[in-house]
Amino acid sequence: MKNKNASRRKFLKLGLAAGASALIGGGSVLSAISKVNKPAGGDKVKMLSPEGKLMEVDRGHALCCGVPTSKEVRKGIPGRHFVMVIDLSKCRNARKCVSACSKMHFLQPGQEYIKVFLMQDSEDTSPYWFPKPCFHCDAPACVNVCPVGATFKREDGVVLIDNERCIGCKFCMAACPYSSRVFNWKKPGLKPEANYSPESSVPQKIGTVGKCDFCPDSFVSGILPDCVTACPNGVYYFGDKNEDVVTNGVEALRFSELVKNKSAYRYMEELGTRPSVYYLPPVDRSFPYERGFEELPEEMKKAYKVKRAHLKKFKI
Amino acid sequence: MSQQEIAQQKLVEIFAHFGKPSKFSKGLFIFLILIVLFAFYALILQMTRGQIVTGMRDYVIWGIYEVNFIFFIGISYAGAMISGILHLLHVEWRKPIIRIAEMITVISVLIGPLYVLLSMGRMDRFLHIFEYGRIQSPIVWDVIAITTYLTCSILFLYLALIRDYALLRDNQELKISSFRKKIYRKLAVTYHELPLQKKLLNRGLSVMSAIIIPLAVLVHSVLAWIFGMTIRPGWHSTIFAPYFVIAAVFSGTAVLIIAMWIFRKYYHLEEYITEKHFKYIGLILLVLAGLYGYFTFSEYLTVWYGSETWELEVIYKLFDFSDYGAWFYLAAFAGVLIPMLFTGIPFFRNINTITIGAVIAVVCMWIKRYLIIVPTLETPLLPNQDYRPEYVHYHASWVEWSLTAGGVALFFLFFMIFIRFMPIIPVADISEVPENKEFISEKL
Repeated sequence: MKNKNASRRKFLKLGLAAGASALIGGGSVLSAISKVNKPAGGDKVKMLSPEGKLMEVDRGHALCCGVPTSKEVRKGIPGRHFVMVIDLSKCRNARKCVSACSKMHFLQPGQEYIKVFLMQDSEDTSPYWFPKPCFHCDAPACVNVCPVGATFKREDGVVLIDNERCIGCKFCMAACPYSSRVFNWKKPGLKPEANYSPESSVPQKIGTVGKCDFCPDSFVSGILPDCVTACPNGVYYFGDKNEDVVTNGVEALRFSELVKNKSAYRYMEELGTRPSVYYLPPVDRSFPYERGFEELPEEMKKAYKVKRAHLKKFKI
Repeated sequence: MSQQEIAQQKLVEIFAHFGKPSKFSKGLFIFLILIVLFAFYALILQMTRGQIVTGMRDYVIWGIYEVNFIFFIGISYAGAMISGILHLLHVEWRKPIIRIAEMITVISVLIGPLYVLLSMGRMDRFLHIFEYGRIQSPIVWDVIAITTYLTCSILFLYLALIRDYALLRDNQELKISSFRKKIYRKLAVTYHELPLQKKLLNRGLSVMSAIIIPLAVLVHSVLAWIFGMTIRPGWHSTIFAPYFVIAAVFSGTAVLIIAMWIFRKYYHLEEYITEKHFKYIGLILLVLAGLYGYFTFSEYLTVWYGSETWELEVIYKLFDFSDYGAWFYLAAFAGVLIPMLFTGIPFFRNINTITIGAVIAVVCMWIKRYLIIVPTLETPLLPNQDYRPEYVHYHASWVEWSLTAGGVALFFLFFMIFIRFMPIIPVADISEVPENKEFISEKL
C-alpha cells in the first residue's frame, strides 16, 4: 500500500512536470517543475529540457536568465494570469505556510506575509481556519493610492512593491481592505547576500512596505511558492488562469473545473477589488477546527479567541 | 494731521507694546526652544531606529502625526476663511484682527505638513513624490493643494503687509537699525500710498481673498479624501469633505479667539482688540459649532441606523465607555455645546468665557481627529488576531508626544519671531477712515 502511494505521488509529479512546462517558459532554455527533495550534495531541481527530457540541475543554474531589468519586473510574464486557490476544507492552522514564507523572505520575527485567521461567519455556523496571502487583486486599491507608483500591477496579475521607490507613506496599507501589507518598522535584522529585486522582496528595507509577492522569482525558474510546497495538507493550489491549470505540488487540476465544481468564491466580492485568490468553502472538512489550536503557544491561542468583542457585547 | 501722520503715530504707539522683550517672554522663548530641541532629539531617534520608536504598528499605521497634520491644517482656516470672507464683505471691524488670523494661517501651514513627513517611513525619499508622482493618488492631490495654499496664504499676508512696511520704512521716530530699514525698504517695494498703487494693492488683496477661500475649502476636502477614498468604516463617507471643512473653520476660528486673547492680554492691545471683536467672532464660532454638531450628528446617525456590521464595530468602539466612549462624548458633545453656551447666551458671554469656550473647542477638535483616525484603523475588515497587544491597540509613544509638543512650541516660536518683524495690528488699515461707517452695527 505504501509503495503504491509513493509511486502515485511520483506519477503526479511527472504529470505536473508536463503541466508546469506548459505553464512556465517563454521559450527559454529550461523549464522546471516543483522542488525535489533536497539531495545531500546540494539544491537540485528537476527540469524539463525543451526536447521534453527530464533532468536534474543545480538550483543556481535554473535561474538562467539573470536579473530582470526593472522594466521587465514591472511588466511581468506576458500571457500569464497567476491565481491561487485555497481549499479551506483542508486547513488546520498548521502554520507551515507562514513559517516557510517568513523563512524564504527573511522576514523579521513576528512579521507574516500570510496570516491565518479564525473565522466564524455567524453564530450558528462552525468556525474555520482562513489562510490569507495577498489577494493580488485585479482592481487593487493599494496600487491606485500609491503616490509614487512603488506598488504596481503586472500583466501577469501579480502586485509587487518596489522597496527602492517606496516612501513609506503607508497609504496602501490604509487602502487595502484585507490587511495584507506589513511595514518594516525597524531595520531588518537579517541581511542575506542578494541583490534587491521587487520580485524577490529580499532584502527588506527599513521604512517601506512589504507583502506576499506570489514569489515571481521562483516561478520564473519553475518552482512553486514555498507556502504551496510547505503545506502538509495541500491547501494551496497555485497556477495560471490562462493556462487553466493549478497545482498544490501533489496534484495538478484544471482551474476552471475546480472552481466550478467546488463552488469557489472570492472573499468579499462586493468590495469590487477582484482578487486573484479563490477559496473553496470549508465543507467536508479533513480536520475539526479545534485541531488548529494544538500546537499554538498560549498567547496566540488567546488572541484567536478574542473576536469582535464589541459586536458580542451589543448582541449583533 | 494727514492720514500718513496719524498712521505713523499709531505705529509708534503699537510698537511701544512690542519694544523690549520682557523677562517673561525671554524665558518663554528659551523654554520653547528647549522643547523644540527635545523634539529634534526624538526626531533623530526616529530617523535612526525607524518608526519602531513610535506607537504605530501594522494595523494602526497612522497615529497622532496625522492627527496633528489635520489639526494644524485645520487651524490655518483662521486666516483663509475668516480674514478672506470678512475682507470680501468689507467688514470694517475685521481690520485689527486680520493680521493675527493670517499669521496663524501661514505658520500652521508651515508646521502641518511636517507631520506628514514624520509619518512617512522614508522621509529621505520625499522627493520621489515629484520624481515619480502619480496624479491618481490623493496624496499627490494633497501635495499640490497644500503647496498652492501655502504660497497663496504667504502672498495674502505679504500683500496686506506692504503698506505697513512702507510706514516702517518712512518712520523717523522708532529706533530701527539701518539693516532692518534696508529690509523694510526692500519689502515695501517702492510703495508710497499713491492712488494707483493703493487701488492696485486693494484689487490684489480682493483677488487673493477670493482665491484663498475656495483654495482653503479644497485643501481640507483633499485631506478628507485621503481617508474618504479608502473603503474603511468611519472614513468612507460622502460628507467627509464638507465635514472636514466645517471642522477646520470651527477650530481655526477658535484658535483665532485664543490668539486674540493672548495678544490683548500680553501686549496690552485692549484699545485695538475690543470686547466687540470677541463677541462678533464668538458669534461666528457659535454658528460654526452648530454646523459642526449637525454634521457630526448626521454622520453618526446615518451609519448607526444603517447598521452595517463593519461600520457598527467602529461606532460601538466610539459609543462604549470601556473603549473610546468618554473621549467621544467629550469631543462630540462638550466640544460643541460648551462653546455654544459661552458664545450664544448673553449672560455667559464675555471675553474670558468666549476664550474658554474656544480652548475647549480646540482641544476637543484634536480629540475628535484622533477618534476619526485611530478607532477606524484598529478595526480592520478581517479580525485583528495578533497576539502582540501593541499591534492591537495604539498608544502614542513619548517620541510622538514630544514631536507633537515640538510642533506646538514651534507654532508659538514662529509667532514670537514674526511679531518682531511685522506689526501685529495692520497700522495703515486701521488709521484709515472707515469706508462704510454706517455698515457697522453698534449694538450687539
